[in-house]
Amino acid sequence: MQSLDELRDEAIQHINEAIEGQTLEQLRVDYLGKKGKLTGLLKGLGQLSAEERPKAGALINEVKQQLQELINERKYGLENAALAARLSAEKVDVTLPGRGAELGGLHPITRTIERIEAFFRGAGFSVMEGPEIEDDYHNFEALNIPAHHPARAMHDTFYIDETHVLRTHTSGVQVRTMETQEPPLRIICPGRVYRCDSDLTHSPMFHQVEGLLIDETSSFGDLKGLLEEFLHAFFERDDLEVRFRPSYFPFTEPSAEVDIQCVKCSGEGCRICSNTGWLEILGSGMVNPKVFEMSGIDPERYTGFAFGLGVERLAMLRYGIGDLRLNFENDLRFLRQFI
Amino acid sequence: MIISEQWLRTWVNPVLATDALAHQLTMAGLEVDGVTPAAGEFSGVIVAEIVKAEQHPDADKLRICEVATGSDTVQIVCGAPNARVGLKAPLAQIGAVLPGDFKIKKAKLRGVESQGMLCAQAELGISDENAGLMELPSDAPVGSDLRDYLSLNDALIEIGLTPNRADCLSIHGIARDVAALNELEICAPIMEPVAATIDAVFPIAIEAPEKCPRYVGRVLDGVDLSKTTPLYIVERLRRAGVRSIDPVVDVTNYVMLELGQPLHAFDLDTLSGGVVVRNATSGEKMVLLDGSEITLSSESLVIADHKRSLALAGIMGGENSGVSDSTSRVFLESAYFAPLPMAGQARRYGLHTDASHRYERGVDPQLQRQAIERATQLLLDIVGGQAGPISEVSDDAYLPQRQMITLRASRIARVLGFQMDSAQIEKILTGLGFDVAANGADEWLCTAPSWRFDMEQEVDLIEELARVYGYNNLPVSRIKGDVTLTQQSEAERPLQSVRRQLVGRGFQEAITYSFVAPALQQRFDPEIQPVALRNPISADLSVMRTSLMSGLVAAAAHNAKRQISRIRLFETGLCFLPGDQLEQRSKLGLIMMGSRAKESWADSDDKVDFFDIKGEVEQLLTASSERLAFRPAKRAGLHDGQTAEVLVGDRVVGVVGAIHPVTAEALDLPGATMIAELSLDVVLASQLPAYRDISRYPETRRDIAIVLNEGIAADAVLAIIREAAGSCLEDLKVFDVYAGKGIDPGQKSLALGLTFRDQSRTLDDSEVSSAMAQVIDSLKEKLGAQLRS
Repeated sequence: MQSLDELRDEAIQHINEAIEGQTLEQLRVDYLGKKGKLTGLLKGLGQLSAEERPKAGALINEVKQQLQELINERKYGLENAALAARLSAEKVDVTLPGRGAELGGLHPITRTIERIEAFFRGAGFSVMEGPEIEDDYHNFEALNIPAHHPARAMHDTFYIDETHVLRTHTSGVQVRTMETQEPPLRIICPGRVYRCDSDLTHSPMFHQVEGLLIDETSSFGDLKGLLEEFLHAFFERDDLEVRFRPSYFPFTEPSAEVDIQCVKCSGEGCRICSNTGWLEILGSGMVNPKVFEMSGIDPERYTGFAFGLGVERLAMLRYGIGDLRLNFENDLRFLRQFI
Repeated sequence: MIISEQWLRTWVNPVLATDALAHQLTMAGLEVDGVTPAAGEFSGVIVAEIVKAEQHPDADKLRICEVATGSDTVQIVCGAPNARVGLKAPLAQIGAVLPGDFKIKKAKLRGVESQGMLCAQAELGISDENAGLMELPSDAPVGSDLRDYLSLNDALIEIGLTPNRADCLSIHGIARDVAALNELEICAPIMEPVAATIDAVFPIAIEAPEKCPRYVGRVLDGVDLSKTTPLYIVERLRRAGVRSIDPVVDVTNYVMLELGQPLHAFDLDTLSGGVVVRNATSGEKMVLLDGSEITLSSESLVIADHKRSLALAGIMGGENSGVSDSTSRVFLESAYFAPLPMAGQARRYGLHTDASHRYERGVDPQLQRQAIERATQLLLDIVGGQAGPISEVSDDAYLPQRQMITLRASRIARVLGFQMDSAQIEKILTGLGFDVAANGADEWLCTAPSWRFDMEQEVDLIEELARVYGYNNLPVSRIKGDVTLTQQSEAERPLQSVRRQLVGRGFQEAITYSFVAPALQQRFDPEIQPVALRNPISADLSVMRTSLMSGLVAAAAHNAKRQISRIRLFETGLCFLPGDQLEQRSKLGLIMMGSRAKESWADSDDKVDFFDIKGEVEQLLTASSERLAFRPAKRAGLHDGQTAEVLVGDRVVGVVGAIHPVTAEALDLPGATMIAELSLDVVLASQLPAYRDISRYPETRRDIAIVLNEGIAADAVLAIIREAAGSCLEDLKVFDVYAGKGIDPGQKSLALGLTFRDQSRTLDDSEVSSAMAQVIDSLKEKLGAQLRS
């Protein structure tokens, strides 16, 4: 029979040589199992004297425990090594590009309209839409632009027939709203509009956001305040200079053209602002009482103001787009810049 | 309108530099579009006279001139065709600097010395005229500095007038506003009425007083048109962009620019009987001053004599009645034509003249006599002769009346947002020429001057107050009022969220024109006659789209041409469907072309197919409350075997399919292109979520593969399974479709996954097996389908 030490040394050698979990399990059975060699030694304790027996038993148990620990340790080591090998085998090049999804984007015009809408929604305005083939009455007559009015010449209208046009502004939507809703009113009307003009700075189709506010207290001062605040918010510049100067629109009186300090040169004068330092950015004014009367609103009780923003101009200034025509070519190299 | 600053300052001369004056005009509503110098920057240029001109020995086109400079005679080699003896022209002497910092030095031209340069207008930045030397008047003082002689230290102020400010279409008009803005008095040139020295008159009759409420005429006898127009008039005309013709025409133009009243001069010897202002006879022909022949409409007003039409009233004179070199008797016309009937008349004949521009917008109805007196005064000074008495025919019933407008202090405060001082109100309006009378403490009765025919209502006056006070000086306030929350139905998705969804799916938004080429339109909707524009910008943009497809395929082709092969675009917008009632319907369109995934190490380069775009459509309509179905369809421009109508409930809400290969080729679409179009309202419609209990019991899944005729549509199979499987069928999937080896020709195999679950208990195996048996029986019975072995 082998001595305890021999057995121990032999087992340790086997454990250390094992390279699979299964081998270790077999070693455990062979040495520490019910019929294992160390268990056999324990069984042989009966032959010893009562004095020697506890001491020898303790020695055997000590070895047993030692071997069990060694097996566990070895097992753990082997598992860890296997996991490490697996992880190492599964390593990827994390710098390779990701798979699949590509984000699209909104057209800069839509993006701009959505921003404008958000500002005015915040000030209690609702968004209204309407037809693009508009009747003469809503596009012109109801806005105090009768037939043969010189202002019609400013509009370069596309005609469908005697009484229908492609809307030259979204003001028709304002008229329709005034006809159907009672003041107070706060609306904005975004959308496509059309003018029969096409060159470097004119597109036959473009976008406007027009606004209308009617109540019992509004004044030209309110108009100035709201538009100034809007322009500061839009360009994210509280120090942006805004100026109002008299102009003429048949549907407003007084009428004002609104200029901002050139955002490119900060008023120094450049190509964008034709060296004036100012950019014409929108038209506005107090609603002409005649327009109120035509839509059945009492011009004594109510005052209001209206404004019209050219979306392309705002978008081009905001994003530095140099050529109006890019907006409608739908070139993906252009569109993808607005993600 | 372009005005000479110098000329303006002879009328009113505020202590303001040019820039400040321009700014003041702009801020008062007379927008200055530009300020340019009357001439380029130059120095050392004098008036000189050519005293001798000989051919250059070695150059055909050059002449050797001896030029008198007042103090000396110098030799100048000159290539201008009009270099001739006796001509007075600008001479840039040695040491002169011309525009562009061009220094004049002694030079040799083909071996002959030249001591300076004789100049054309273009070389001095005076105009674009470059054909020959600038010809100066014969009385020009030789040796004098050209800048001084022509008063070239002047600025040209270009004003973009709004249509309501026709009163400013003259120096006098602008001067009135400048005077009011600076609280100055106008200092007009002396304009004395010219007493008649002869009795000659020419009869005037007005047959259309509603169109011509006033006509003033005068005979000038013994004029001499060989006289030349004074330099100051020629220069002022030039600076306003008007060419000098002859003294009579020059004076009529000058008075128009000065006072705003268009005038016309007839050669009296070509007129018969008298002047008649009448409507034209339809079809009547007339040759205009510019040589063009027009056929008149009966709506047009003409100036006629007793035999023929002479002039298109207020627009342009006729060829055979105008003044010429030989004219000795002139009949001057100064008329008031009403704006409304004048509107559109010039454009009818493709014309736009200084006169028509003014008459359409309105001329001061009280100006006619003053203008004819002024023209007479100038003409007698220049061309001599004698004036007859002024003849006038007018009809007060048709002349605009000055209206009295009540102005309330309370209204001013309401509109402008502040209480303007009464004294200031009166001062501003009086300064603008209004008659203002206080009517109690807080009200005024105001009558506008005759030239402010744009003043009709109280707010017009308030605008004048604001304008002169300065818009920028008006107070700024914040909008006030109750805040009301607007209701937003949750069953309607905002368009923004649909757009964001598509963006998240990799689509880029496009905006295409609402008008398209008829041929392109025709490809996708051949049976619809689209709404056509009467005046399209071009044939390619002449009909209103009935579908978004035309614009999207054009956009895809544009990109494909630029080597962009993977395209995903969407657009939302109105389409225009003609019919008894024109329908303007919002639609959403999608187009996909090229690889399914962007090119990458990780993905295949499989191209998109029908099921890619169908998947997008399904996703867009997921939120829809009703059942979605697809039905094979044929559509113009789309692939016969890969096109489906989209149904929500029973309603056809769109179409999805592949572009027909023939169409794709015709449109230069290089690869398979998928397109879809949906009514936007259906995409936006959604359902308010309603919670249902979640089952706590496990699911049971059974998969089967069946073989059936390849012509049987998948949705028929699914419908039969749903019906046969009973109420516990929770989910049903087609997870494979196969035809080919192992399957008989004409057959296909479908692999189906059925998931069963009950709300209240665990299903036992036999229940599921019996449901599956029913499914298999039903498929066999109704479709002849067999389980795949």
